Amino acid sequence: MVATFEPKTDYKVVGTRPIRHDGYDKVTGRAIYGGDMKLPGLIWGVMVRSPHAHATIKSIDTSAAEAMKGVFSVITGADMPKAPSKLVDLGEGNVNFKWASNKLMADTKVLYRGHPVAAVAAVDRYVAEEAARKVVVEYDVLPAITNVVDALKPDAPILLDDLVGDDLGEDVTNTNMAAHVRHEFGDVEGAMASATHTIEREYNMQMVHQGYIEPHNATALWDEEDRIKVWTSTQGSFPARTQIAGILQVDVSRVKVTPLEIGGGFGGKIPVYFEPIAALLSKKSQRPVKMVMERTAVFETTGPTPGARMIVKLGADSNGKLTAATADIWFEAGANPGAFIGPAAQCVYAPYEIPNTRIDGWDVLVNKPKVAPYRAPGSPQVAFAMESAVDELCEQAGWDSLQFRIDNASKEGTRRGDGVLFSKIGMQEVLEATKQTDHWNSPIGDAPEGKVRGRGIANGYWFNIGLKSSANLSVNSDGTVQLTEGSTDIGGSRTSMAMHVAEVLGLDAHDVRPVVGDTESVGFTDVTGGSRTTYATGYACWQAANNLVDVLKQRVAILWDVKAEDVDFKDGVFISNAESAKTISFKELAGKLEDLGGPANSTGAVDLESAGDGFGTHIADVEIDLATGKTDVIRYTAIQDVGTAIHPSYVEGQLQGGSVQGIGWALNEEYFMHEDGRMANSSFLDYRMPTSLDLPPIDTVLVEVPNPLHPYGVRGVGETPICPPIPAIANAINDATGKRLYSTPMNAGSIVESLK
Amino acid sequence: MHPFAYVAPKTVSEAVSVLAEHGDRARPLAGGTDLLVKARANVWDLDAVVDVKNIPELMSLSINGAGLSIGAGVPCCQVYEHKDIQEQYPGIIDGASIIGGIQIQSRAGLGGNLCNAAPSGDGIPALIAYSAVAKISGPNGNREVAVEDFATGPSRTVLENGELLTSIEIPKPAANSGAAYTRFIPRNEMDIAVAGVGVFVQLDSEGKKFESARIALASVGPTPILAQKAGDSLAGKPVNDESIASAASLAKDAASPITDMRGTVDQRKHLVEVLTGRMLNQAIERARG
Ligand SMILES: Cc1cc2nc3c(=O)[nH]c(=O)nc-3n(C[C@H](O)[C@H](O)[C@H](O)COP(=O)(O)OP(=O)(O)OC[C@H]3O[C@@H](n4cnc5c(N)ncnc54)[C@H](O)[C@@H]3O)c2cc1C
Repeated sequence: MVATFEPKTDYKVVGTRPIRHDGYDKVTGRAIYGGDMKLPGLIWGVMVRSPHAHATIKSIDTSAAEAMKGVFSVITGADMPKAPSKLVDLGEGNVNFKWASNKLMADTKVLYRGHPVAAVAAVDRYVAEEAARKVVVEYDVLPAITNVVDALKPDAPILLDDLVGDDLGEDVTNTNMAAHVRHEFGDVEGAMASATHTIEREYNMQMVHQGYIEPHNATALWDEEDRIKVWTSTQGSFPARTQIAGILQVDVSRVKVTPLEIGGGFGGKIPVYFEPIAALLSKKSQRPVKMVMERTAVFETTGPTPGARMIVKLGADSNGKLTAATADIWFEAGANPGAFIGPAAQCVYAPYEIPNTRIDGWDVLVNKPKVAPYRAPGSPQVAFAMESAVDELCEQAGWDSLQFRIDNASKEGTRRGDGVLFSKIGMQEVLEATKQTDHWNSPIGDAPEGKVRGRGIANGYWFNIGLKSSANLSVNSDGTVQLTEGSTDIGGSRTSMAMHVAEVLGLDAHDVRPVVGDTESVGFTDVTGGSRTTYATGYACWQAANNLVDVLKQRVAILWDVKAEDVDFKDGVFISNAESAKTISFKELAGKLEDLGGPANSTGAVDLESAGDGFGTHIADVEIDLATGKTDVIRYTAIQDVGTAIHPSYVEGQLQGGSVQGIGWALNEEYFMHEDGRMANSSFLDYRMPTSLDLPPIDTVLVEVPNPLHPYGVRGVGETPICPPIPAIANAINDATGKRLYSTPMNAGSIVESLK
Repeated sequence: MHPFAYVAPKTVSEAVSVLAEHGDRARPLAGGTDLLVKARANVWDLDAVVDVKNIPELMSLSINGAGLSIGAGVPCCQVYEHKDIQEQYPGIIDGASIIGGIQIQSRAGLGGNLCNAAPSGDGIPALIAYSAVAKISGPNGNREVAVEDFATGPSRTVLENGELLTSIEIPKPAANSGAAYTRFIPRNEMDIAVAGVGVFVQLDSEGKKFESARIALASVGPTPILAQKAGDSLAGKPVNDESIASAASLAKDAASPITDMRGTVDQRKHLVEVLTGRMLNQAIERARG
């Protein structure tokens, strides 16, 4: 039985905005990130990377590098343990150790530009770089595949000879197609044939990168006891441990991961890249080895999110009700399988109730970096296709696109495209709130001469996940509480965790001191991803706090010489049921624990099956220079069902951050590939993420429909907001210029082109 | 990055002798905002880096009846914060104030921008439009080169081994003149020009006729380009939309861009035309005061 909770409103801590516990360290520069790591005897590791996107390795000669003064060890693919083909769930995405190992260090073939072929550890970074240049590799260059259409041609060069693809349950070999899945409900063809209005369009999107500022890094020590200690910036110390142990073929208990502060991840720091390599170099050098990635390698070899080709067809009746939909979705996986077609299928129709639907999804290998989760992986792509098609359908039929979205909104009991039935969800509430916003009710205003303005809206969806989390509490004698939790903190989650505890214990948020534990100081906790952290780890913290209250009631019972059942706890004060006058505050009790049984500790551990779905709608106003095609977003509002906002500033921050990343993806970001599979723009100069000067203030409207699955009604909020911006902007551009764009990025060049 | 010696001479002749000694394995360092990026990217293996910021002559900025002299090491912020330059050389300010952000502008200079010889250098078109001249010292003495002739290709200049730029000399603008520079970038700042256009116009005393004009382009060829025909076409023409449009069209013809990740040939040529029109209008407005 899944526990459910009644909504509450009389919170003391929940819903307030305390200063984050890690704030001082971050603004003073004292926080320790992966790049700050120092250890006695530390040496540097550097990768030798393939200049080709697709080639067989004829030979590798490491002798000159090994002979260099200051070099401690050199490894190649031959040093990688043979990891078995085994799929392990990582919460957001999964990992097959065989492919993961192959991605980190090439075996006989290189599959993407920058694919590591060897690694060198030396006394410092410069010697290591110099030595890496002395590793001689001979290649037989093969034609590179850079898109899904070429990848699936019958005569296409095959990336992985031993890949067995899954085509609707049938094994296929000699293919670049890792999987083909289908979900079908109702009579799609019949409903489409009898629809009054239909539309069918193809949409294409380039790969984009998460663009975190901190590059990947790892420091590893393989010690004399055969224990592997790793310090890294990761979105999950336990999932990192799982991957490292799996790739190195050792027991998980031999690996200790200490998470350091993390400078952004957005999903991209769930996979490991350097950790196992640094460990192998360390084993050979008998010294701790540190590796920090160059920006070019971050672009060329980590992240990105899949590029996509999608065909969406919609049918509606004369009353403006959707009756049928089909979606064909081809996603680029990069060099190994795993392109998030599952989530794409879950998300594509989620904001709508459509009786007859079909989804076909293909997971396709190309000679580009293996994709990594990026904020709602797979959902922004299908949102671009679906929400553009919805708008165009409305335009054709003459319907108001917001009213159409309201009339067709999914609700409790609606069947999602992959078959799941929705429980209590907030899509309708979000759309009604959108209708009430100042933004929606304000005219867009006149554009200056030579420019035009337009407004667009779009929905977005992410299903959110629950999974496993752990937290420990202990009471300090001064009346404060130490919290150790397992979720690495990328968005201020530490403070939200402390607030969960403070709310239960009747304390101030700052009376709870949160620490992110390493894998040997706290119980198993899944990734900081899937919008699960505040929901699931918060739940574990709430549970630990309630368990602590139980522990303390027993201490009060000793003090008062009553039964623990006769002690109540309310607003931070223990009250005797037996003698009503007797009270003792949490703080007072903390000071007396020494004589009342000593340390008071508790723990919380959860494994949550479901999480509560996240829906949002965004409104975008754009202004376009007709001569240059330059698009400025001049007003932007994100409306989202957030359940209960524990710390509203961080919830707003998630909505704003997701919106900004979506705006960047819509307008300028892309992997611009040369034909031979090299990325042309692998720097922040030419990979154009928006800066603060390119953005208007992002207004947020938090619709709070408490999630019955969480004690305070928390719902995951981090991923949904990256889904609506791309179609909202596409719809706004169409509104402004009368021209619809079907591929991203919708940059100045393509706008001018569309106006010709 | 290859290890290099850092040398900080106090005179031009010292600098010249160190540079001459190392040939192409030494380079002058002004603000370092290009040099350090390239050295770290292993574009060169340098043995010596010669910091010019201790040479008084290269750090001087002066403006007088003859014109403006900008030492090769003077950072952009000193240029755009100078009241007299703001008043008399608005086109220079347009360029100097958009190179990078504030941190970059406090190191990066127009001298470094010119010597780096990027086709996209934002400081260069306005210098060309103002008919600026580069002053060079080297083992064989001093010489002067018109700014439009300074770059010979991407990252290549007329400088020989041992030579360095000492200053940029910009003549005093004639009465009833105005200038302007802009670039097209996909973002609003911190970006590299897809196309850039700098113009200088001199009008008659009534502001109704062009006496002369110079138009220079960035990012649409292997070097910044002086669009001579486009500028010359305006001499004697009335100030109206037609003259401006035809000059803009000639500027477009002068552009010889490539297609790359920053833009296509068509887009860049189109942008040259659009920006030339806009900059001519702005320069005219400034000329009329
Ligand atoms: C974040 C960032 C943003 C930027 N934005 C822009 C921009 O918007 N627009 C733009 O045009 N550029 C931009 N740049 C590039 C750079 O800042 C400019 O080109 C700047 O003007 C270079 O000046 P500097 O003084 O730093 O040159 P340096 O890096 O010191 O030198 C540049 C080159 O010129 C040579 N050199 C320097 N002085 C002399 C001399 N006296 N004689 C001979 N050779 C010399 C050096 O050896 C080197 O090859 C940017 C750079 C960065 C890092």
